Amino acid sequence: MRNDTRPLLSVRNLRTSFFQDEGTTKAVDGASFDVFPGKTLGIVGESGCGKSVTAQSILRIVDRPGRIVDGEIVLTRADGSEIDLVKLKANSREIRSVRGGDIGLIFQEPMTSFSPVHTVGEQIIEAVLLHSEVGKKEARLRGIEALRSVGIPKPERRIDEYSFELSGGLRQRAMIAVALSCNPRLLIADEPTTALDVTTQAQILDLLRKIQQERGMAIMLITHNLGVVAEMADDVVVMYLGKVVEQGKVDDIFHDPKHPYTKALLQSIPSIDSTPRLKLPTISGSIPHPFNRPKGCPFHPRCVSAIAGRCDVEEPPLQAVGEGRKASCFLYP
Amino acid sequence: MAAHAAVPPPAPETGLLAEDRIAVATQWQLMWWRFRKHRLAAGGTIVLIAFYLLSLFADFFAYADPQESEAQRSLMAPQEIHWFDGGSFSPHVYALTGTRDPLTFKRVYVPDPAKKIPITFFGHGEPYELFGFIPCDRHLIGVSGAKAGESLFLLGTDMQGRDLWSRLMYATRTSMTIGLVSVALSLILGVVLGGISGYFGGWIDTVIQRIIEILRSIPTIPLWMGLAAALPPDWDVVKVYFAITIIISLIGWTELARVVRGRFISLKQEDFVMAAELLGCSKARIIFRHMVPSFISHIIAATTLAIPAIIISETSLSFLGLGLRPPAISWGVLLQDAQNIQALVISPWLLYPSVAVIVAVLAFNFMGDGIRDAADPYL
Amino acid sequence: MVAYVVRRLLLAVLTVWAISVLSFMIIHLPPGDYVTSYIASMSASGSAVSEGEANALREQLGLDKPITVQYAKWMGLMLQGNFGMAMEWGRPVSDVIGDRLTLTMVISVAAIIFTWALALPIGIYSAVYPYSFADYVFTFVGFIGLAIPGFLLALVVMYVGFAYFGANVGGLFSPDFAEAPWSLAKIWDLTKHLPIPAVVLGVSGTAQLIRIMRSNLLDELRKPYVMTARARGLSEYRVIMRYPVRVALNPFVSTIGYLLPYVVSGSIIVSLVLSLPTVGPLLLKALIAQDMFLAGTIVLLLGVMTVIGTFISDLLLMWVDPRIRLGRQ
Ligand SMILES: Nc1ncnc2c1ncn2[C@@H]1O[C@H](COP(=O)(O)OP(=O)(O)OP(=O)(O)O)[C@@H](O)[C@H]1O
Ligand SMILES: [Mg+2]
Repeated sequence: MRNDTRPLLSVRNLRTSFFQDEGTTKAVDGASFDVFPGKTLGIVGESGCGKSVTAQSILRIVDRPGRIVDGEIVLTRADGSEIDLVKLKANSREIRSVRGGDIGLIFQEPMTSFSPVHTVGEQIIEAVLLHSEVGKKEARLRGIEALRSVGIPKPERRIDEYSFELSGGLRQRAMIAVALSCNPRLLIADEPTTALDVTTQAQILDLLRKIQQERGMAIMLITHNLGVVAEMADDVVVMYLGKVVEQGKVDDIFHDPKHPYTKALLQSIPSIDSTPRLKLPTISGSIPHPFNRPKGCPFHPRCVSAIAGRCDVEEPPLQAVGEGRKASCFLYP
Repeated sequence: MAAHAAVPPPAPETGLLAEDRIAVATQWQLMWWRFRKHRLAAGGTIVLIAFYLLSLFADFFAYADPQESEAQRSLMAPQEIHWFDGGSFSPHVYALTGTRDPLTFKRVYVPDPAKKIPITFFGHGEPYELFGFIPCDRHLIGVSGAKAGESLFLLGTDMQGRDLWSRLMYATRTSMTIGLVSVALSLILGVVLGGISGYFGGWIDTVIQRIIEILRSIPTIPLWMGLAAALPPDWDVVKVYFAITIIISLIGWTELARVVRGRFISLKQEDFVMAAELLGCSKARIIFRHMVPSFISHIIAATTLAIPAIIISETSLSFLGLGLRPPAISWGVLLQDAQNIQALVISPWLLYPSVAVIVAVLAFNFMGDGIRDAADPYL
Repeated sequence: MVAYVVRRLLLAVLTVWAISVLSFMIIHLPPGDYVTSYIASMSASGSAVSEGEANALREQLGLDKPITVQYAKWMGLMLQGNFGMAMEWGRPVSDVIGDRLTLTMVISVAAIIFTWALALPIGIYSAVYPYSFADYVFTFVGFIGLAIPGFLLALVVMYVGFAYFGANVGGLFSPDFAEAPWSLAKIWDLTKHLPIPAVVLGVSGTAQLIRIMRSNLLDELRKPYVMTARARGLSEYRVIMRYPVRVALNPFVSTIGYLLPYVVSGSIIVSLVLSLPTVGPLLLKALIAQDMFLAGTIVLLLGVMTVIGTFISDLLLMWVDPRIRLGRQ
């Protein structure tokens, strides 16, 4: 509790780009945010705004031709020391002990996140063997325990099955079990429920919450479902085209959004008291292609309150717009 | 859409233009742009065009009768061309004079530096009929003041003293066209049977697939050898030529059928085919108006990649003496002379035709790869 | 699973039957028969064969019966393991083929081992470092390897051996061992002669497999499970070798079945150039002499070998790929 004010993970000015023949995609373009121990940080944004790439950058597993070009990612380790993950070599021993050890990752696609030719058990046991000093037998027991803890029935049998033998919900649970098998202090969940049906979604979210309470783990929850964020998160980061456009406490963001993009996002979700069959407002236009991102504020072409001659020229900095919250918009000087 | 119109996306001018260009380009234009970027493929294409021009005008590029043999000129080394004469440009070769080898008493030809024979370009020489009906006697290379067939041997001669350069020109014609004819046959069989198999499915598919599987599991070379050996020895050159193309395409079609069937099966599930079916189009119309055009690029790629295999097959069969037989001239027939290692060691130029084989096969592979990548960048 | 195996087995039997019919037909396609070509070769050497003698010979060899009867008789004998007489040699076919078939297999397997040993690491390297300098070099060399027909490569090797080393690099045995009975020394002699034919035979297969491995692995490397494996903290080497390479190897296993007949086929022509004592030269001679029992048996045996190879590789694939074993895609 003493450390409550000190972030577990602090991302500063992160820039990750993909260098291709056709051009350079700035997938993440100067994102900054903090994740606090035991808390949940929600990251929201439209498809393609760089959420997954942010998560991959933190673990340093961005695929070629992508590369972190700038910024720092400071992780506070269990012993209180701080390391900048950006400075580590991509395949070094240190970063590998962080992957899976300090930070667990759940992926967007439970279908293809398991190897099709290895059993679920082989993949869990491998992680356990890698991060703790135990023998094969013990590792298997821990694997079964991990499967049990995520609510998989008959884990001693499931552990020898292949991922394609499991249902979607069970597969995502198994994925969580792999990520949790080494007791990470931060769990990055990249759209953990997108591929699942509504009931299963709720179960998985409940499970995540339960595990968080039991272990005091921090969660970085990536999603484009604002409902999920409202339900789960303590803090929220709104991303647009690789930039953080607004961040703050979940209540502040939902009740008093500042950035026009956040406002538009919130308007586009249905609520209990909206008129039935009325067309929901959508955000006009579409996300610009990453190769020709607009000059000035990246959102100005779609923004209803864009100031001509200002928003299309300058880029608004991310600055405080009230107690513990920030936004990048010229409407808030 | 309405909202979109209200806030027009002010993308930069150039970007918009580029996107528009892509948006209105046809499938063929897109393919062509991607193909042009593939440098090896472009190189391969140029080489192939050159080869086919060579085949078309083989009589023009050759300067001697490919069949005219002269035992005494047997296995002569390639002649050296002297480009300058006393400082001025005047290409010539030395005349050959026959002498008796004092040890073996065999008659041999040696160059005589005193007698120079000037080389002419686009000059008159042996008469021939261009495309089989236009009488003509101009050749790329010739000599003045002598018969080219008796004094010019750019690539040397074979065992029977025939000029290898001229023979190579005619061999190129045979081998390059055998590839085309045979692939055309395979293509017809492959598209028809693969299409039927993929479109109708069910038991027809099963039967055709089994046939393909059986054909493919027969080792090809023994099968070809067996079939080729069965050709009556008294057949003439043309008959044998067509028989060999048929034998080769007997196996070749299976691969094309596989490609076509795969495309058919995946296309059948596409919306536009279902829409056509619901509209009550006839099956033939659906296949030929809607489905074939949408995968023709794949077929072209598969076809291009099938030709080199055919060329290698023909060359190998003829090399064994089971394919084309003299007096037909093909790369394989020329290489038959190289079978005798002792002869090869003293006259390595007998192996020169193999350069043509390798270059042609490489060029086809490069071009086919380029077409495949251009047709489907995600494959 | 059992149903799958049974289905493959039935198919294999069907294929073998089709091959037997085809090989029998091939032998009977040319006009005339063994006796005609025998008479031709006899008269070429100056001695005539009378009508009566010819008919007696035909009767003795069973060539006067209808073709279906001849086929049935041949198959009947085949099933009893009696491959008939090699007419030209005057010895049982199994005698003539025996050692040569073994040697054909030995060379083919050596070529396959060479192919795999070279193609796998290169393919993996090319996929892990695509568009690197080495990848371009391998791709280019691979293209050339594909473009050179086996017999040409064999010719070049023979030529280089003769012209630069003054040695005959062909053959599988030193002259002392060629006719000797099998012994350890003879096997050692064979081992020493094996690399050249194995490499000559393996080159084009190697080029092909490099390309297959590279594109398979490139596909697999893009899949999310690779990233999940990385996210678990595995070293890059283990991530690649244990996951995508393992998956990309599956289709490779299924190529074994095709590789063997492909290599055996290729060995026929290469053997002629390198003068290897395999079934290749024998088949050519038999075909030219219309020695139907011999040629038919060789074609049939090669076909059966192919079918068995394919069957085994199907089983292997089932064993290594749980998706097929458990009947799901
Ligand atoms: N391997 C890659 N190669 C090239 N570009 C990539 C690659 N991965 C991501 N990108 C680009 O980076 C940008 C951000 O992608 P990212 O996957 O982070 O989006 P996202 O916010 O996770 O979207 P979604 O909600 O669809 O998952 C996209 O424009 C994408 O095109
Ligand atoms: Mg994502």
